[in-house]
Amino acid sequence: MNSGLVPIGRTPKGAKKPGVQDEPAKEVPSKPGWDEVSVSKLDLKMRTENLDAYFGPTRVLKAITLGVALKQVTAVIGPSGCGKSTFVRCLNRMHEVVPGAHAKGLVLLDDVDIYARGVDPVNVRRRVGMVFQKPNPFPTMSIRDNVLAGLRLNGIRPDDPEAHLEKALKQVALWDEVKDNLGKAGTSLSGGQQQRLCIARALALEPEVLLMDEPCSALDPIATARVEELIHELRENYTIVIVTHNMQQAARVADLTAFFYMGELVEYNRTDVIFTRPKERRTEDYITGRFG
Amino acid sequence: MKETSYQRRHIIDVAVRGACFAATLLALVPLVSVLYYVTVRGIGGISLDFLTQLPKPVGEKGGGMANAIVGTLELVGLACLFGIPPGVLAGVYLAEFGNTRFGKFVRFSADVMSGIPSITVGLFVFALVVMSTKRFSAYAGGFALAVLMLPTVTRATEELLKLVPESLREAGLGLGVPQWRVTLRVMLRTAAPGIATGIMLAVARVAGETAPLLFTAFSNRFWPSSLNEPTPSIPVQIFTYAVSPYEDWHEQAWAGALVLVTLVLLLNISARLLVRHRVRAR
Repeated sequence: MNSGLVPIGRTPKGAKKPGVQDEPAKEVPSKPGWDEVSVSKLDLKMRTENLDAYFGPTRVLKAITLGVALKQVTAVIGPSGCGKSTFVRCLNRMHEVVPGAHAKGLVLLDDVDIYARGVDPVNVRRRVGMVFQKPNPFPTMSIRDNVLAGLRLNGIRPDDPEAHLEKALKQVALWDEVKDNLGKAGTSLSGGQQQRLCIARALALEPEVLLMDEPCSALDPIATARVEELIHELRENYTIVIVTHNMQQAARVADLTAFFYMGELVEYNRTDVIFTRPKERRTEDYITGRFG
Repeated sequence: MKETSYQRRHIIDVAVRGACFAATLLALVPLVSVLYYVTVRGIGGISLDFLTQLPKPVGEKGGGMANAIVGTLELVGLACLFGIPPGVLAGVYLAEFGNTRFGKFVRFSADVMSGIPSITVGLFVFALVVMSTKRFSAYAGGFALAVLMLPTVTRATEELLKLVPESLREAGLGLGVPQWRVTLRVMLRTAAPGIATGIMLAVARVAGETAPLLFTAFSNRFWPSSLNEPTPSIPVQIFTYAVSPYEDWHEQAWAGALVLVTLVLLLNISARLLVRHRVRAR
Protein backbone atom coordinates (compact mmCIF):
# COMPACT_ATOMS: atom_id res chain seq x y z
CA MET A 1 0.00 0.00 0.00
CA ASN A 2 2.01 2.98 1.20
CA SER A 3 5.56 3.51 2.24
CA GLY A 4 6.65 4.11 5.76
CA LEU A 5 5.12 2.99 8.92
CA VAL A 6 1.75 4.21 7.99
CA PRO A 7 -0.33 1.94 5.89
CA ILE A 8 -3.14 4.36 5.43
CA GLY A 9 -4.77 6.42 2.82
CA ARG A 10 -5.29 6.38 -0.85
CA THR A 11 -4.89 9.36 -3.07
CA PRO A 12 -8.14 10.68 -4.50
CA LYS A 13 -9.12 9.43 -7.91
CA GLY A 14 -7.30 10.83 -10.90
CA ALA A 15 -4.47 12.18 -8.84
CA LYS A 16 -0.92 11.34 -9.74
CA LYS A 17 0.73 9.30 -7.11
CA PRO A 18 4.12 10.48 -5.92
CA GLY A 19 7.02 8.30 -6.90
CA VAL A 20 7.84 7.23 -3.41
CA GLN A 21 4.68 5.20 -3.32
CA ASP A 22 5.97 2.88 -6.03
CA GLU A 23 8.65 1.56 -3.73
CA PRO A 24 7.80 -1.68 -2.01
CA ALA A 25 5.92 -0.99 1.17
CA LYS A 26 7.52 -2.02 4.41
CA GLU A 27 6.08 -5.09 5.86
CA VAL A 28 3.59 -4.30 8.53
CA PRO A 29 3.56 -6.85 11.27
CA SER A 30 0.03 -7.85 11.69
CA LYS A 31 -1.31 -7.68 15.16
CA PRO A 32 -4.75 -8.38 16.37
CA GLY A 33 -6.92 -5.38 15.64
CA TRP A 34 -4.61 -3.89 13.06
CA ASP A 35 -7.32 -2.50 10.86
CA GLU A 36 -5.53 -1.53 7.73
CA VAL A 37 -8.48 -1.74 5.45
CA SER A 38 -10.81 0.65 7.18
CA VAL A 39 -8.12 3.30 7.62
CA SER A 40 -6.84 3.10 4.09
CA LYS A 41 -10.30 3.73 2.77
CA LEU A 42 -9.90 7.36 3.68
CA ASP A 43 -9.23 10.04 1.10
CA LEU A 44 -6.15 12.12 1.75
CA LYS A 45 -6.19 15.88 1.88
CA MET A 46 -2.50 16.27 2.61
CA ARG A 47 0.47 14.02 2.84
CA THR A 48 4.12 14.35 3.60
CA GLU A 49 6.87 12.26 2.06
CA ASN A 50 10.21 12.01 3.82
CA LEU A 51 9.76 15.38 5.41
CA ASP A 52 12.82 16.66 7.25
CA ALA A 53 12.75 19.88 9.22
CA TYR A 54 15.70 21.81 10.57
CA PHE A 55 16.41 24.65 12.94
CA GLY A 56 19.75 25.82 11.61
CA PRO A 57 21.85 22.65 11.45
CA THR A 58 19.68 20.73 13.92
CA ARG A 59 17.38 18.20 12.36
CA VAL A 60 14.17 18.11 14.33
CA LEU A 61 11.99 16.00 12.03
CA LYS A 62 13.29 12.83 10.48
CA ALA A 63 11.77 11.58 7.25
CA ILE A 64 8.15 11.94 8.22
CA THR A 65 5.75 10.22 5.85
CA LEU A 66 2.18 10.71 6.91
CA GLY A 67 -1.20 11.18 5.27
CA VAL A 68 -3.76 13.64 6.58
CA ALA A 69 -7.21 12.28 5.87
CA LEU A 70 -9.90 14.48 4.38
CA LYS A 71 -12.50 15.71 6.85
CA GLN A 72 -11.04 13.77 9.70
CA VAL A 73 -9.41 14.95 12.88
CA THR A 74 -5.81 13.90 13.07
CA ALA A 75 -4.10 14.27 16.43
CA VAL A 76 -0.36 14.52 16.78
CA ILE A 77 0.85 13.43 20.21
CA GLY A 78 4.21 12.97 21.80
CA PRO A 79 6.44 14.32 24.56
CA SER A 80 7.68 17.91 24.54
CA GLY A 81 10.34 18.56 21.96
CA CYS A 82 9.39 15.57 19.82
CA GLY A 83 8.73 17.78 16.79
CA LYS A 84 4.95 17.66 16.75
CA SER A 85 4.55 21.44 16.59
CA THR A 86 7.26 21.70 13.97
CA PHE A 87 5.46 19.07 11.96
CA VAL A 88 2.18 20.96 11.74
CA ARG A 89 4.02 24.20 11.09
CA CYS A 90 5.56 22.52 8.06
CA LEU A 91 2.07 21.80 6.75
CA ASN A 92 1.39 25.48 6.05
CA ARG A 93 4.95 26.70 5.70
CA MET A 94 4.94 28.50 9.01
CA HIS A 95 8.07 26.58 10.02
CA GLU A 96 10.28 28.70 7.78
CA VAL A 97 9.08 31.90 9.49
CA VAL A 98 11.52 31.17 12.32
CA PRO A 99 14.95 32.55 11.34
CA GLY A 100 17.26 29.77 10.22
CA ALA A 101 14.51 27.16 9.96
CA HIS A 102 13.90 25.17 6.80
CA ALA A 103 12.31 21.95 5.63
CA LYS A 104 13.15 19.29 3.05
CA GLY A 105 10.96 16.69 1.47
CA LEU A 106 7.50 16.69 0.03
CA VAL A 107 4.38 18.18 1.55
CA LEU A 108 1.44 17.61 -0.74
CA LEU A 109 -1.78 19.52 -0.51
CA ASP A 110 -4.27 17.97 -2.93
CA ASP A 111 -1.21 16.32 -4.51
CA VAL A 112 0.57 19.59 -5.19
CA ASP A 113 3.89 20.06 -3.40
CA ILE A 114 3.60 23.21 -1.31
CA TYR A 115 7.38 23.44 -1.09
CA ALA A 116 7.80 23.39 -4.86
CA ARG A 117 9.45 26.35 -6.52
CA GLY A 118 7.03 29.09 -7.40
CA VAL A 119 4.52 28.17 -4.73
CA ASP A 120 3.72 31.27 -2.69
CA PRO A 121 3.59 30.41 1.04
CA VAL A 122 0.97 33.12 1.40
CA ASN A 123 -1.45 31.12 -0.77
CA VAL A 124 -0.70 27.94 1.13
CA ARG A 125 -1.50 29.63 4.43
CA ARG A 126 -4.81 30.90 3.13
CA ARG A 127 -5.83 27.33 2.34
CA VAL A 128 -4.29 25.81 5.46
CA GLY A 129 -5.32 27.90 8.45
CA MET A 130 -3.71 27.83 11.84
CA VAL A 131 -4.70 28.25 15.48
CA PHE A 132 -1.90 28.79 17.95
CA GLN A 133 -1.13 27.62 21.44
CA LYS A 134 -1.82 30.94 23.09
CA PRO A 135 -4.85 32.93 21.99
CA ASN A 136 -3.42 35.80 19.95
CA PRO A 137 -6.20 38.18 18.91
CA PHE A 138 -4.93 41.44 17.45
CA PRO A 139 -4.95 43.88 20.39
CA THR A 140 -5.64 46.94 18.27
CA MET A 141 -8.77 45.43 16.75
CA SER A 142 -12.33 44.95 17.94
CA ILE A 143 -13.98 41.54 18.03
CA ARG A 144 -15.54 42.28 14.65
CA ASP A 145 -12.27 43.39 13.08
CA ASN A 146 -10.44 40.41 14.51
CA VAL A 147 -12.81 37.97 12.83
CA LEU A 148 -12.61 39.85 9.55
CA ALA A 149 -8.86 40.50 9.85
CA GLY A 150 -7.90 37.63 7.56
CA LEU A 151 -10.12 38.99 4.84
CA ARG A 152 -9.28 42.64 5.31
CA LEU A 153 -5.53 42.18 5.63
CA ASN A 154 -5.62 40.15 2.46
CA GLY A 155 -7.44 42.93 0.66
CA ILE A 156 -10.61 40.87 0.27
CA ARG A 157 -13.76 42.97 0.59
CA PRO A 158 -16.70 40.65 1.06
CA ASP A 159 -20.07 41.90 -0.18
CA ASP A 160 -21.64 41.20 3.14
CA PRO A 161 -19.04 41.32 5.91
CA GLU A 162 -21.71 41.07 8.60
CA ALA A 163 -22.80 37.69 7.23
CA HIS A 164 -19.19 36.46 7.25
CA LEU A 165 -18.81 37.74 10.78
CA GLU A 166 -21.94 36.07 12.04
CA LYS A 167 -21.22 32.79 10.30
CA ALA A 168 -17.67 32.56 11.65
CA LEU A 169 -18.71 33.48 15.19
CA LYS A 170 -21.62 31.02 15.09
CA GLN A 171 -19.30 28.27 13.90
CA VAL A 172 -17.26 28.71 17.06
CA ALA A 173 -20.38 29.18 19.24
CA LEU A 174 -19.24 32.64 20.27
CA TRP A 175 -21.99 34.61 18.55
CA ASP A 176 -24.46 34.61 21.42
CA GLU A 177 -21.79 35.65 23.88
CA VAL A 178 -20.43 38.60 21.92
CA LYS A 179 -23.11 39.72 19.47
CA ASP A 180 -23.91 42.84 21.52
CA ASN A 181 -20.26 43.75 22.04
CA LEU A 182 -18.75 43.32 18.60
CA GLY A 183 -17.02 46.69 18.92
CA LYS A 184 -15.17 45.76 22.09
CA ALA A 185 -11.48 44.91 21.97
CA GLY A 186 -10.78 41.27 21.13
CA THR A 187 -8.39 41.17 24.05
CA SER A 188 -11.20 42.05 26.48
CA LEU A 189 -12.61 38.52 26.20
CA SER A 190 -11.72 35.62 28.50
CA GLY A 191 -8.96 33.24 27.46
CA GLY A 192 -11.35 30.58 26.17
CA GLN A 193 -13.39 33.15 24.29
CA GLN A 194 -10.21 34.61 22.81
CA GLN A 195 -9.17 31.21 21.55
CA ARG A 196 -12.57 30.66 19.94
CA LEU A 197 -12.27 34.13 18.45
CA CYS A 198 -8.93 33.10 16.95
CA ILE A 199 -10.54 29.96 15.54
CA ALA A 200 -13.31 32.11 14.06
CA ARG A 201 -10.66 34.39 12.58
CA ALA A 202 -9.03 31.39 10.89
CA LEU A 203 -12.39 30.00 9.72
CA ALA A 204 -13.50 33.32 8.22
CA LEU A 205 -10.99 32.74 5.42
CA GLU A 206 -12.71 29.41 4.74
CA PRO A 207 -9.55 27.33 4.77
CA GLU A 208 -9.58 23.73 3.61
CA VAL A 209 -7.39 22.48 6.44
CA LEU A 210 -7.23 23.77 9.99
CA LEU A 211 -4.05 23.23 11.97
CA MET A 212 -4.33 23.58 15.74
CA ASP A 213 -1.13 23.76 17.73
CA GLU A 214 -2.04 22.81 21.29
CA PRO A 215 -5.10 25.05 21.15
CA CYS A 216 -6.24 24.22 24.67
CA SER A 217 -2.99 24.29 26.60
CA ALA A 218 -3.67 27.82 27.87
CA LEU A 219 -7.33 27.14 28.67
CA ASP A 220 -9.18 25.89 31.72
CA PRO A 221 -11.12 22.60 31.58
CA ILE A 222 -14.46 24.24 30.76
CA ALA A 223 -13.03 26.31 27.92
CA THR A 224 -11.17 23.20 26.76
CA ALA A 225 -14.43 21.26 26.62
CA ARG A 226 -15.97 24.02 24.50
CA VAL A 227 -13.10 23.95 22.02
CA GLU A 228 -13.26 20.15 21.84
CA GLU A 229 -16.99 20.28 21.14
CA LEU A 230 -16.19 22.77 18.46
CA ILE A 231 -13.63 20.47 16.86
CA HIS A 232 -16.29 17.77 16.73
CA GLU A 233 -18.59 20.10 14.81
CA LEU A 234 -15.90 21.44 12.52
CA ARG A 235 -14.87 18.00 11.32
CA GLU A 236 -18.04 17.94 9.22
CA ASN A 237 -16.52 20.55 6.93
CA TYR A 238 -12.83 20.79 7.62
CA THR A 239 -9.76 18.65 7.69
CA ILE A 240 -8.21 19.19 11.10
CA VAL A 241 -4.78 18.45 12.46
CA ILE A 242 -4.44 19.02 16.17
CA VAL A 243 -1.25 18.91 18.20
CA THR A 244 -1.81 18.02 21.80
CA HIS A 245 0.23 16.77 24.69
CA ASN A 246 -2.94 15.74 26.39
CA MET A 247 -3.61 12.14 25.47
CA GLN A 248 -7.16 12.16 26.78
CA GLN A 249 -7.84 15.03 24.44
CA ALA A 250 -6.48 13.12 21.47
CA ALA A 251 -8.63 10.15 22.46
CA ARG A 252 -11.69 12.38 22.74
CA VAL A 253 -11.43 14.41 19.56
CA ALA A 254 -9.32 12.59 17.02
CA ASP A 255 -10.21 10.00 14.40
CA LEU A 256 -6.58 9.29 13.75
CA THR A 257 -3.57 9.69 15.99
CA ALA A 258 0.10 9.98 15.18
CA PHE A 259 2.69 9.42 17.86
CA PHE A 260 5.93 11.34 17.45
CA TYR A 261 9.06 10.68 19.41
CA MET A 262 12.45 12.37 19.04
CA GLY A 263 11.56 13.78 15.65
CA GLU A 264 10.34 10.48 14.27
CA LEU A 265 6.88 9.26 13.48
CA VAL A 266 6.65 6.16 15.60
CA GLU A 267 3.13 5.08 14.89
CA TYR A 268 0.08 6.34 13.10
CA ASN A 269 -3.29 4.68 13.13
CA ARG A 270 -6.90 5.01 14.06
CA THR A 271 -7.14 6.63 17.47
CA ASP A 272 -8.84 3.66 19.07
CA VAL A 273 -6.15 1.36 17.78
CA ILE A 274 -3.34 3.62 19.03
CA PHE A 275 -4.84 3.81 22.47
CA THR A 276 -5.95 0.23 22.87
CA ARG A 277 -3.63 -1.89 20.80
CA PRO A 278 -0.51 0.10 19.97
CA LYS A 279 1.87 -1.76 17.77
CA GLU A 280 5.05 -0.12 18.96
CA ARG A 281 6.59 -0.51 22.37
CA ARG A 282 7.41 3.23 22.56
CA THR A 283 3.81 4.18 21.87
CA GLU A 284 2.59 1.90 24.55
CA ASP A 285 5.12 3.24 27.04
CA TYR A 286 4.07 6.80 26.27
CA ILE A 287 0.33 6.33 26.42
CA THR A 288 0.58 4.35 29.60
CA GLY A 289 2.61 7.16 31.12
CA ARG A 290 5.89 5.34 31.45
CA PHE A 291 7.76 8.31 29.99
CA GLY A 292 7.14 11.74 28.55
CA MET B 1 17.46 37.35 64.59
CA LYS B 2 18.36 39.75 67.38
CA GLU B 3 16.35 42.86 67.94
CA THR B 4 19.41 45.09 67.82
CA SER B 5 20.19 44.05 64.29
CA TYR B 6 16.66 44.90 63.24
CA GLN B 7 17.05 48.36 64.75
CA ARG B 8 20.36 48.80 62.97
CA ARG B 9 18.83 47.89 59.67
CA HIS B 10 15.96 50.23 60.36
CA ILE B 11 18.37 53.13 60.96
CA ILE B 12 20.34 52.35 57.81
CA ASP B 13 17.08 52.10 55.88
CA VAL B 14 15.93 55.53 57.03
CA ALA B 15 19.34 57.08 56.35
CA VAL B 16 19.68 55.67 52.84
CA ARG B 17 16.11 56.48 51.98
CA GLY B 18 16.68 60.04 53.19
CA ALA B 19 19.85 60.31 51.09
CA CYS B 20 17.99 59.15 47.97
CA PHE B 21 15.24 61.63 48.64
CA ALA B 22 17.72 64.47 49.10
CA ALA B 23 19.51 63.54 45.87
CA THR B 24 16.19 63.57 44.04
CA LEU B 25 15.42 67.04 45.39
CA LEU B 26 18.86 68.20 44.30
CA ALA B 27 18.24 66.87 40.80
CA LEU B 28 14.96 68.75 40.68
CA VAL B 29 16.60 72.07 41.60
CA PRO B 30 17.82 72.92 38.07
CA LEU B 31 14.51 71.99 36.45
CA VAL B 32 12.39 73.92 38.92
CA SER B 33 14.69 76.94 38.98
CA VAL B 34 14.87 77.09 35.17
CA LEU B 35 11.11 76.92 34.93
CA TYR B 36 10.68 79.45 37.73
CA TYR B 37 13.23 81.89 36.37
CA VAL B 38 12.02 81.67 32.78
CA THR B 39 8.45 82.19 33.91
CA VAL B 40 9.20 85.11 36.23
CA ARG B 41 11.47 86.90 33.77
CA GLY B 42 9.50 86.02 30.68
CA ILE B 43 5.89 86.49 31.71
CA GLY B 44 6.20 90.29 31.65
CA GLY B 45 7.18 90.25 27.98
CA ILE B 46 4.32 88.05 26.87
CA SER B 47 1.52 89.99 25.26
CA LEU B 48 -0.71 89.71 22.25
CA ASP B 49 1.74 91.94 20.38
CA PHE B 50 4.64 89.69 21.28
CA LEU B 51 2.85 86.69 19.79
CA THR B 52 1.48 88.44 16.68
CA GLN B 53 3.88 91.26 15.74
CA LEU B 54 7.15 91.39 13.85
CA PRO B 55 10.26 92.64 15.63
CA LYS B 56 10.62 96.40 15.67
CA PRO B 57 13.84 98.04 14.50
CA VAL B 58 16.51 98.67 17.10
CA GLY B 59 15.56 101.48 19.43
CA GLU B 60 11.82 101.26 18.92
CA LYS B 61 9.84 99.79 21.78
CA GLY B 62 7.40 96.92 21.38
CA GLY B 63 7.20 94.48 18.56
CA GLY B 64 7.17 90.73 18.90
CA MET B 65 8.50 87.37 17.77
CA ALA B 66 5.63 86.17 15.62
CA ASN B 67 7.95 85.55 12.69
CA ALA B 68 10.19 83.35 14.82
CA ILE B 69 7.23 81.37 16.15
CA VAL B 70 6.02 80.73 12.60
CA GLY B 71 9.58 79.98 11.53
CA THR B 72 10.05 77.43 14.28
CA LEU B 73 6.82 75.71 13.29
CA GLU B 74 8.00 75.63 9.67
CA LEU B 75 11.40 74.24 10.61
CA VAL B 76 9.95 71.60 12.90
CA GLY B 77 7.39 70.69 10.22
CA LEU B 78 10.12 70.24 7.64
CA ALA B 79 12.21 68.27 10.13
CA CYS B 80 9.28 65.87 10.64
CA LEU B 81 8.81 65.57 6.90
CA PHE B 82 12.50 64.79 6.31
CA GLY B 83 13.19 62.88 9.48
CA ILE B 84 10.19 60.71 10.40
CA PRO B 85 9.71 58.59 7.24
CA PRO B 86 13.35 57.45 6.94
CA GLY B 87 13.59 57.10 10.71
CA VAL B 88 10.52 54.86 10.96
CA LEU B 89 11.54 52.82 7.92
CA ALA B 90 15.06 52.34 9.26
CA GLY B 91 13.53 51.26 12.58
CA VAL B 92 11.34 48.74 10.76
CA TYR B 93 14.40 47.45 8.94
CA LEU B 94 16.33 47.02 12.18
CA ALA B 95 13.42 45.29 13.92
CA GLU B 96 12.56 42.97 11.04
CA PHE B 97 15.90 42.24 9.38
CA GLY B 98 18.40 43.82 11.76
CA ASN B 99 19.98 40.61 13.00
CA THR B 100 22.81 40.83 10.51
CA ARG B 101 26.23 42.44 10.69
CA PHE B 102 24.90 45.32 8.65
CA GLY B 103 21.96 45.70 11.03
CA LYS B 104 24.30 45.80 14.01
CA PHE B 105 26.41 48.39 12.22
CA VAL B 106 23.35 50.56 11.54
CA ARG B 107 22.20 50.23 15.15
CA PHE B 108 25.64 51.18 16.43
CA SER B 109 25.80 54.14 14.03
CA ALA B 110 22.42 55.38 15.21
CA ASP B 111 23.56 55.21 18.82
CA VAL B 112 26.76 57.10 18.02
CA MET B 113 24.81 59.61 15.96
CA SER B 114 22.46 60.44 18.82
CA GLY B 115 25.49 61.51 20.83
CA ILE B 116 26.94 63.85 18.19
CA PRO B 117 26.96 67.51 19.30
CA SER B 118 24.25 69.38 17.47
CA ILE B 119 26.61 72.08 16.24
CA THR B 120 28.50 69.40 14.32
CA VAL B 121 25.27 68.49 12.57
CA GLY B 122 24.82 72.18 11.75
CA LEU B 123 28.29 72.31 10.22
CA PHE B 124 27.63 69.14 8.26
CA VAL B 125 24.40 70.54 6.80
CA PHE B 126 26.11 73.87 6.16
CA ALA B 127 28.75 72.12 4.08
CA LEU B 128 26.27 69.82 2.38
CA VAL B 129 23.23 72.01 1.73
CA VAL B 130 24.06 75.67 2.34
CA MET B 131 27.33 75.59 0.44
CA SER B 132 25.83 73.81 -2.54
CA THR B 133 22.63 75.88 -2.73
CA LYS B 134 24.54 79.02 -1.76
CA ARG B 135 21.86 80.20 0.62
CA PHE B 136 20.50 79.80 4.11
CA SER B 137 17.03 78.33 3.98
CA ALA B 138 14.27 76.66 5.95
CA TYR B 139 15.08 73.52 3.98
CA ALA B 140 18.63 73.50 5.30
CA GLY B 141 17.44 74.16 8.86
CA GLY B 142 14.72 71.53 8.66
CA PHE B 143 17.23 69.06 7.26
CA ALA B 144 19.64 69.73 10.12
CA LEU B 145 16.89 69.13 12.67
CA ALA B 146 15.83 65.99 10.79
CA VAL B 147 19.36 64.60 11.04
CA LEU B 148 19.21 65.18 14.78
CA MET B 149 15.83 63.43 15.02
CA LEU B 150 16.77 60.48 12.88
CA PRO B 151 18.60 58.26 15.40
CA THR B 152 16.00 58.83 18.10
CA VAL B 153 13.11 58.00 15.78
CA THR B 154 14.92 54.95 14.37
CA ARG B 155 15.78 53.44 17.72
CA ALA B 156 12.36 54.24 19.22
CA THR B 157 10.63 52.54 16.28
CA GLU B 158 12.92 49.52 16.52
CA GLU B 159 12.57 49.07 20.26
CA LEU B 160 8.79 49.46 20.20
CA LEU B 161 8.37 47.06 17.30
CA LYS B 162 10.42 44.52 19.21
CA LEU B 163 7.99 44.83 22.10
CA VAL B 164 5.11 43.62 19.92
CA PRO B 165 4.68 39.91 20.71
CA GLU B 166 5.96 37.57 18.03
CA SER B 167 2.68 35.66 18.35
CA LEU B 168 0.89 38.53 16.59
CA ARG B 169 3.24 38.29 13.63
CA GLU B 170 2.55 34.56 13.47
CA ALA B 171 -1.18 35.20 13.72
CA GLY B 172 -0.97 37.50 10.71
CA LEU B 173 1.28 35.23 8.67
CA GLY B 174 -0.88 32.24 9.60
CA LEU B 175 -3.84 34.00 8.01
CA GLY B 176 -1.97 34.07 4.73
CA VAL B 177 -1.15 37.76 4.97
CA PRO B 178 2.03 38.79 3.13
CA GLN B 179 4.91 39.85 5.37
CA TRP B 180 4.84 43.51 4.35
CA ARG B 181 1.20 43.76 5.26
CA VAL B 182 1.75 42.03 8.58
CA THR B 183 4.56 44.48 9.35
CA LEU B 184 2.46 47.47 8.37
CA ARG B 185 -1.00 46.57 9.58
CA VAL B 186 -0.23 44.38 12.57
CA MET B 187 3.24 45.13 13.92
CA LEU B 188 3.48 48.87 13.21
CA ARG B 189 -0.18 49.34 14.02
CA THR B 190 0.23 47.70 17.42
CA ALA B 191 3.38 49.67 18.20
CA ALA B 192 1.98 52.94 16.82
CA PRO B 193 1.12 54.74 20.09
CA GLY B 194 4.58 54.09 21.48
CA ILE B 195 6.28 55.10 18.24
CA ALA B 196 4.20 58.29 18.16
CA THR B 197 5.41 59.08 21.67
CA GLY B 198 9.02 58.49 20.69
CA ILE B 199 8.58 60.76 17.69
CA MET B 200 7.01 63.51 19.77
CA LEU B 201 9.84 63.38 22.27
CA ALA B 202 12.32 63.64 19.40
CA VAL B 203 10.39 66.61 18.00
CA ALA B 204 10.33 68.28 21.41
CA ARG B 205 14.06 67.85 21.65
CA VAL B 206 14.90 69.40 18.27
CA ALA B 207 12.36 72.20 18.60
CA GLY B 208 14.64 73.89 21.11
CA GLU B 209 17.87 73.40 19.16
CA THR B 210 19.83 76.56 18.38
CA ALA B 211 23.27 75.48 17.24
CA PRO B 212 22.30 73.58 14.08
CA LEU B 213 20.12 76.48 12.94
CA LEU B 214 22.70 79.24 13.33
CA PHE B 215 24.28 78.61 9.96
CA THR B 216 21.58 76.63 8.19
CA ALA B 217 18.25 78.40 8.61
CA PHE B 218 20.07 81.52 9.85
CA SER B 219 17.47 84.10 10.82
CA ASN B 220 15.73 87.24 9.69
CA ARG B 221 13.50 89.91 11.13
CA PHE B 222 10.57 89.53 8.74
CA TRP B 223 7.91 87.00 7.96
CA PRO B 224 9.44 83.93 6.36
CA SER B 225 8.03 84.28 2.86
CA SER B 226 9.55 81.18 1.30
CA LEU B 227 11.08 77.97 2.52
CA ASN B 228 14.06 78.78 0.35
CA GLU B 229 15.04 81.84 2.40
CA PRO B 230 16.73 82.50 5.70
CA THR B 231 14.12 81.61 8.29
CA PRO B 232 13.82 82.92 11.84
CA SER B 233 13.33 80.59 14.76
CA ILE B 234 12.64 81.12 18.44
CA PRO B 235 15.94 79.67 19.71
CA VAL B 236 18.08 81.72 17.32
CA GLN B 237 16.04 84.83 18.05
CA ILE B 238 16.57 84.26 21.77
CA PHE B 239 20.28 83.90 21.18
CA THR B 240 20.45 87.10 19.10
CA TYR B 241 18.48 89.09 21.62
CA ALA B 242 20.24 87.72 24.65
CA VAL B 243 23.70 88.68 23.41
CA SER B 244 22.51 92.13 22.32
CA PRO B 245 23.23 95.22 24.51
CA TYR B 246 19.59 96.39 24.60
CA GLU B 247 17.51 96.01 27.74
CA ASP B 248 14.15 95.57 25.94
CA TRP B 249 15.62 92.85 23.74
CA HIS B 250 16.75 91.03 26.85
CA GLU B 251 13.19 91.09 28.08
CA GLN B 252 11.98 89.77 24.74
CA ALA B 253 14.57 86.99 24.89
CA TRP B 254 13.13 85.88 28.22
CA ALA B 255 9.62 85.98 26.81
CA GLY B 256 10.78 83.93 23.80
CA ALA B 257 12.36 81.42 26.15
CA LEU B 258 9.07 81.11 27.99
CA VAL B 259 7.20 80.48 24.72
CA LEU B 260 9.75 77.84 23.70
CA VAL B 261 9.70 76.06 27.06
CA THR B 262 5.91 76.05 26.97
CA LEU B 263 5.90 74.56 23.46
CA VAL B 264 8.34 71.82 24.42
CA LEU B 265 6.54 71.07 27.67
CA LEU B 266 3.23 70.82 25.84
CA LEU B 267 4.73 68.36 23.36
CA ASN B 268 6.23 66.30 26.17
CA ILE B 269 3.09 66.24 28.23
CA SER B 270 0.84 65.35 25.30
CA ALA B 271 3.21 62.53 24.36
CA ARG B 272 2.93 61.16 27.87
CA LEU B 273 -0.83 61.58 27.97
CA LEU B 274 -1.07 59.69 24.69
CA VAL B 275 0.72 56.72 26.22
CA ARG B 276 -1.27 56.79 29.42
CA HIS B 277 -4.50 56.97 27.48
CA ARG B 278 -3.51 53.96 25.37
CA VAL B 279 -2.40 51.93 28.32
CA ARG B 280 -5.70 52.53 30.07
CA ALA B 281 -7.63 51.58 26.96
CA ARG B 282 -6.05 48.10 26.98
